[in-house]
Amino acid sequence: MSELVIKDLQVSVDTEDGPKEILKGVTLTIASGETHAIMGPNGSGKSTLAYSIAGHPKYTITGGTVTLDGEDVLAMSVDERARAGLFLAMQYPVEVPGVSVSNFLRTAKTAIDGEAPKLRTWVKDVNGALERLNLDPTFGTRSVNEGFSGGEKKRHEIAQLELLDPKVAILDETDSGLDIDALKVVSAGVNRFREQEGKGVLLITHYTRILRYIKPDFVHVFVAGKVAASGGSELADELEAEGYDKYLKAAAV
Amino acid sequence: MTVTDTDPAIARDSVASALEQDRVESHLNPPPSYDLADHPVPTGREEVWRFTPLKRLRGILDGEASDKRLRREVSLPDGVTLSDITAEQAREIGELAPNDRPSALAVANAGGAVLLDVPADLEATEPVVVTLTGEGAEDLVWGHVVVRLGRHSKATIVLRHTGSARYAATTTVVVGDGAELNMVSLQDWDDDAVHLGRDAIRVGRDASVKHTSVSFGGDVVRMHANVEYDGPGGEAELLGLYFADAGQHLEHRLFADHNQPRTKSNVVYKGALQGQGARTVWIGNVLIRKVAEGIGTYEENRNLVLTDGCQADSVPNLEIETGEIEGAGHASATARFDDEQLFYLRSRGVSDAEARRLVLHGFFNDLIRKVGIPSLEEQLTDTVEAELAKNVLDGLPPVGAP
Repeated sequence: MSELVIKDLQVSVDTEDGPKEILKGVTLTIASGETHAIMGPNGSGKSTLAYSIAGHPKYTITGGTVTLDGEDVLAMSVDERARAGLFLAMQYPVEVPGVSVSNFLRTAKTAIDGEAPKLRTWVKDVNGALERLNLDPTFGTRSVNEGFSGGEKKRHEIAQLELLDPKVAILDETDSGLDIDALKVVSAGVNRFREQEGKGVLLITHYTRILRYIKPDFVHVFVAGKVAASGGSELADELEAEGYDKYLKAAAV
Repeated sequence: MTVTDTDPAIARDSVASALEQDRVESHLNPPPSYDLADHPVPTGREEVWRFTPLKRLRGILDGEASDKRLRREVSLPDGVTLSDITAEQAREIGELAPNDRPSALAVANAGGAVLLDVPADLEATEPVVVTLTGEGAEDLVWGHVVVRLGRHSKATIVLRHTGSARYAATTTVVVGDGAELNMVSLQDWDDDAVHLGRDAIRVGRDASVKHTSVSFGGDVVRMHANVEYDGPGGEAELLGLYFADAGQHLEHRLFADHNQPRTKSNVVYKGALQGQGARTVWIGNVLIRKVAEGIGTYEENRNLVLTDGCQADSVPNLEIETGEIEGAGHASATARFDDEQLFYLRSRGVSDAEARRLVLHGFFNDLIRKVGIPSLEEQLTDTVEAELAKNVLDGLPPVGAP
């Protein structure tokens, strides 16, 4: 059983006008077996939450705690967080020219496991993961994210999720820019991950569309750097019908 | 990053202008001459010398006579010959006259040239491998080489420089019509070597040349790769890879002289720098003469600065005498490691050092794959790894092959 606990997390970024507070005290607990959807308008700080948990250097933690199974995540380096069992599927995966997908995947798997994967099973695992995400077997020879279409980038992120097998996955707008077929493929990948014992998912999205394919256990409305409301999946239906206006107005008061 | 592209113009077949051979002087490259008086000792303020640390050339430009030689090991495929010729014979073959002081001194002082001859129509199956070894950092050595590829011949030539010396050499490569050459010059010197080299290539009609300059070792290495054309349809791909450590000066100067119509040049040089005082210079000159209608040229230089205390100069120059071309462009970028790339890799559990290695590996991998000599590609990858191990990364196992 694992548990990602975020308590009163406060985060700022440096701007030309000095530090700007983005997260203003976020509290969330993602227990294993649970999928939490975070929904909110643009600029509400959803992505900041994802990147802060992953340890992006751009963000400064000014208060609060994040623990994974009691371990202090904020004290860990970026790669230590990944090895501890966190995975961030990025909204904008980064190109790494000249590094093949297969080399990248094997290097990452070796780092996560602390030993090189067994060659025979590994090749099978990689090919299987790529195939399930409708990625061509020659995909492995391409440079990481270079020249990938938007859909290929997201499917590649989910292939990594399957292969690296973290405890908790944070999916940052994985649905954005996907057509309906790609969305189904990506959602199926996330659902395969969820079906395993003891996995937690934090699904960050702007749209309710993906929630038709990935049913969340909890939905949180994120406005102005904090959780404005929490509920079950019915909250997503309400947002679909009414939008964020109600919460934005309340936050503005 | 700066990227400039001129609008592609429609290639026009113009026999009249193809026949017109007015010698426009390049503003960036001194005219060729065997006369030493035309190549005075530089003060360091000249455009072509201003990046070079003249004192560290340790007197080479004084031009003292010397009969020292580099030790030579040669592996020749069947049909390819290596012989000694006189300086006069070199001229008769049609070598490209020196266009700077070191190459003029090399011709004047070498006491004759070495001719590597690939007969017409011969397709050499094995690469020509010449290893030149300097016996000591104080040895002053003059080198004069002519490589001749006959019509429709095909050859791969690897020229490797090791050991140490004060070495100035000029190499002319005359590539016959329809011939195909893949040539690599590897500067793998000891730390105290000085090397002033000039590879001047004349590309025959419809011939194609790939020339790769790889510089890892040496205290000061200054290499020219010059290309001009003997007829329409010639193509030149000029590649380079360099890795400067603390205190090293590695300079690469390119000159693509489009003196014939419908010719092509494509230049890609990539370098990395690490350590205090590591210095690289890349000068990419292209001249499109009036006659050179329908040509295409592109130049690219990328530098990755791995530590503080390094300096990378990168200067692409384009002189255009005609706009009737397919395209002309250049790009130059010098940067540190990209934080977003490192974050992405590290977010997958890869340590900081390993992430840096992967990025650098990828940076050079694109280029190494273009060299087109499998045995050498592996060796270049290993050398890049070894260079990295010196500074940025300590004691990590090698990155797996792609």
